[in-house]
Amino acid sequence: MSSPTVEQLAAALAPLAVDVVVPLPPPPPPPKPAPARPVAPKPAAPAADGAAPAAAPAAAPAPAPAPAPVAPPPPPPPPEPVQICDFAARGVHLEAVVRRDAVVASAELMRTHGFAMDTITGLDWMAQGLMEVVYDYFHPLSGLRVAIRCRLARDTEDVPTISHIFQGANWHERETHDFFGIRFAGHPNLTPFLLPEDATYHPLRKDFSGAPAE
Amino acid sequence: MSAIIDFCGPWWPWVRMLLFLVGTAAFAGLNAAYLVWCERKIAAFVQRRPGPMEVGPQGLLQPIADAAKLLAKQMLTPPAVDTILYRIAPVAMIIPALMCFVVLPYGDALMPTRIDLGLLVVFALSAFNVISLMLAGWSSNNKYAIISSARVVSQNVAYEIPMLLTIVTVILVTGTTDLGTIVGQQGGWFWNWNILRGIWTLANPLVPISFLIFFICMLAETNRAPFDLAEAESELVAGSFTEYSSMGFGLFFMAEYVNIVVGCSLATVIFLGGWQTGLGNLLSFLPDWAAAFVGLGAFFAKLYAMIFVVMWIRWTFPRTQFYGLLNLSWKVLIPVALFTLLLSSILVKLPNLF
Amino acid sequence: MLLLNKEEALARVAAHHVGGPNETFVLNLGPQHPATHGVLRVKLTMDGEYIRKAECVIGYIHRMHEKMGENRTCAQFLPNTSRLDYLSACQYTHAWTGVVERACKIEVPQRAEYIRVITSELNRIASHLVGWGAWVMDLGGLTPILYAFDDREKILDLMEGICGARLTYCYYRVGGVVNDIDDAFIQGAKAFVPYMRERLKMYKDFVTDNVILRKRLEGIGIIDQDMCLRYGACGPVIRGSGIANDTRKTEPYSAYKDFDFDIPVYNECDSMARYLVRMDEMEQSLRIIEQALAKLPEGPFINPKVPKLLKVPAGTYTYATEAGRGRFLVRMVADGSDKPYRVKLRTPCLSNLSLAEEVCEGMILPDAIAFLGSLDLVIPDIDR
Repeated sequence: MSSPTVEQLAAALAPLAVDVVVPLPPPPPPPKPAPARPVAPKPAAPAADGAAPAAAPAAAPAPAPAPAPVAPPPPPPPPEPVQICDFAARGVHLEAVVRRDAVVASAELMRTHGFAMDTITGLDWMAQGLMEVVYDYFHPLSGLRVAIRCRLARDTEDVPTISHIFQGANWHERETHDFFGIRFAGHPNLTPFLLPEDATYHPLRKDFSGAPAE
Repeated sequence: MSAIIDFCGPWWPWVRMLLFLVGTAAFAGLNAAYLVWCERKIAAFVQRRPGPMEVGPQGLLQPIADAAKLLAKQMLTPPAVDTILYRIAPVAMIIPALMCFVVLPYGDALMPTRIDLGLLVVFALSAFNVISLMLAGWSSNNKYAIISSARVVSQNVAYEIPMLLTIVTVILVTGTTDLGTIVGQQGGWFWNWNILRGIWTLANPLVPISFLIFFICMLAETNRAPFDLAEAESELVAGSFTEYSSMGFGLFFMAEYVNIVVGCSLATVIFLGGWQTGLGNLLSFLPDWAAAFVGLGAFFAKLYAMIFVVMWIRWTFPRTQFYGLLNLSWKVLIPVALFTLLLSSILVKLPNLF
Repeated sequence: MLLLNKEEALARVAAHHVGGPNETFVLNLGPQHPATHGVLRVKLTMDGEYIRKAECVIGYIHRMHEKMGENRTCAQFLPNTSRLDYLSACQYTHAWTGVVERACKIEVPQRAEYIRVITSELNRIASHLVGWGAWVMDLGGLTPILYAFDDREKILDLMEGICGARLTYCYYRVGGVVNDIDDAFIQGAKAFVPYMRERLKMYKDFVTDNVILRKRLEGIGIIDQDMCLRYGACGPVIRGSGIANDTRKTEPYSAYKDFDFDIPVYNECDSMARYLVRMDEMEQSLRIIEQALAKLPEGPFINPKVPKLLKVPAGTYTYATEAGRGRFLVRMVADGSDKPYRVKLRTPCLSNLSLAEEVCEGMILPDAIAFLGSLDLVIPDIDR
């Protein structure tokens, strides 16, 4: 299990990477006009506060009022798709944004290089209309940390499963599906994992406004 | 004593029976209750904590309180159980265990019934607990209980064999199955006890090993640690009696301790000289009644020493695994027991050949 | 009496023998079961005592800590992290303070780093003691856990002396620790090291070398190296499979670079290997504590320049620590406000449990209990 160098890995990942990277995360949002936060510790968006009790029992939570302060598109140039990072500052050695159809290929690449599955998680970039899946890998001997990201359209696109390559991904993908509603195509058992077995909501989506009442 | 016998006249056998009945029942019940207390105190000692301290001095009234609590509780019968068998099982567990006391000799005069086949009666009755545990497990309609009863059957069948083989070895030496006679033969000094006698009379030099096998088998037969697979609480919750509550559970619990007392009494009688003090003629100056008390004391000293060992083992060893348990019986204990039997029968037969 | 001819009798037998020779039944191990240490439920499809299929059902105490992270400031979220694996509270709060320090580029004084190492290692010993005692209790040895708690009590007393808490410490703060350690703590920790060494010797003689225990654990629950990589196993599980992965060495954090210690690795891949890794790790922790106490630098115990309300610069940051059960990773995405945009907590027990389904197949029930014990699970850590 000899470890590749960061540069070798970066070169190997380059063909899998996307052409253009939407710069994320966005700059800080402007201060909210109505600071209702200190009195509302519940996970409810302050803008939707008034509308939530009325809107929650209604049919679809999707058209719920989007929070008004959407970040304006940032001016700096787009970052590189495959980045070698400063470990002390970021905690990863290599970060790559890969194409949706290259997720499996990137997992196979990691597997052949002796990496272990660390975790899979999602990220909801609601303002940009994107969903991101982040695959974390670590090399058990050299300690090399690689984060592979994949971006998809927020509600329409799914991502192929890697649970046939890293079996541990099975649970992490189920959890990501639970929390974000991201579908993993080809996953053997995409049922609620940590949430109740009849859960239909996805709590870590930014437009989530509380589980439906009993 | 004779005055009482005269007073009762022709009714004396009945009075005697009643006395023994009450005596053994009270002894078994109180003994079981206080063995629980002893067990908890020994566990506490092993684990460096005080143990029960609240009820009475040193927690001595704890067993009474426990018994009252168990009696006062409702005995739940879950809807899916086989009601009749479910009710019968605890009773069928305790009765044979108590009946063993009928033939166990605690002293020259303290023998409820003296029959020639005493040893056989004890084994016949103590083999009954397999059926009761199986009934309990099966009738509870609980998966843990059923797994447990399957384990009980294979475990007890496996350990019955080496146990009986060692007993046959002893019978070859003693030449009788009457428990009173067996104890009588072991009088005098302690080297006359069966555990040592076989060595210097060359009747069976491997008797200490037989005793060890008997003791291990007794642990397994009574489902005590490290062979407590039937009620392995970290695997099967409470095994066969998972569903039982109140005195249903209480009877199983009591039967476990009664079985230990029976097993240890039997070991005392067969191997350790029963009520014989092992001090030769040193105590011959004592009057008869005092000698009887000293004999009883000697019996209980040996009995409780062995029970202490049983409890000590429980609190210091982890549980064996099922296949290890069966391997121990079939691959180690049975061959060794067979060998001692063979050796013993040769040695018993040899002097008669010439 | 009911008399049947042969055909009728056979028909009745066939009717009762529903599943044929391959009949199986489902056994629910948990959510309330003595061996699952909490509310883990393992759905076992059993064939007699053999496990055909194991399926873990989790989430019974899911608390959505990650969502809480999005609604709290960095300082407010700190106590949450110690509630995940309540036995490794130090390492978990360390990861959170670490990720915030990394993001905000906050310097931590050297003395604070040393204090963190000392308390983390004490916490690791306490955690292993509980795991060890509870595991041996699963195997039917009811006594060792009380001795383990006896030793752990000493650690808890030490921790109580410096931060007031006994279990879910919130001792680390962004930029350092909340209180300096006092003489009583230093003396107590110094006295604890030789005491614990003696106890470990005793545990080896009485428990580790017990033939029944060895028979129960040797060759049980084989996890090969490839399986470790596929499932992302970590902590004593991966080290028991011959891979020297320890976040303290591979991704050195805090002051661990300053100390001389070994990573115990065993190649047997079985439960006994994991057992021995834990026992050896306690010795290594004692070594680290001894060195850290000897070299403890003077100076401030917290960076005084940490602002009250931290605004984390936009970006993604991760920080991993080696907790008692393995690698704990925090991934924080910040958007520049005072609250994180997203918090991901990667917990070791989830990864370690995920391989149980594959390993348990074909085992018998008591072995499965022994194997589950070898993973040393803390259920709130799985469910988060």
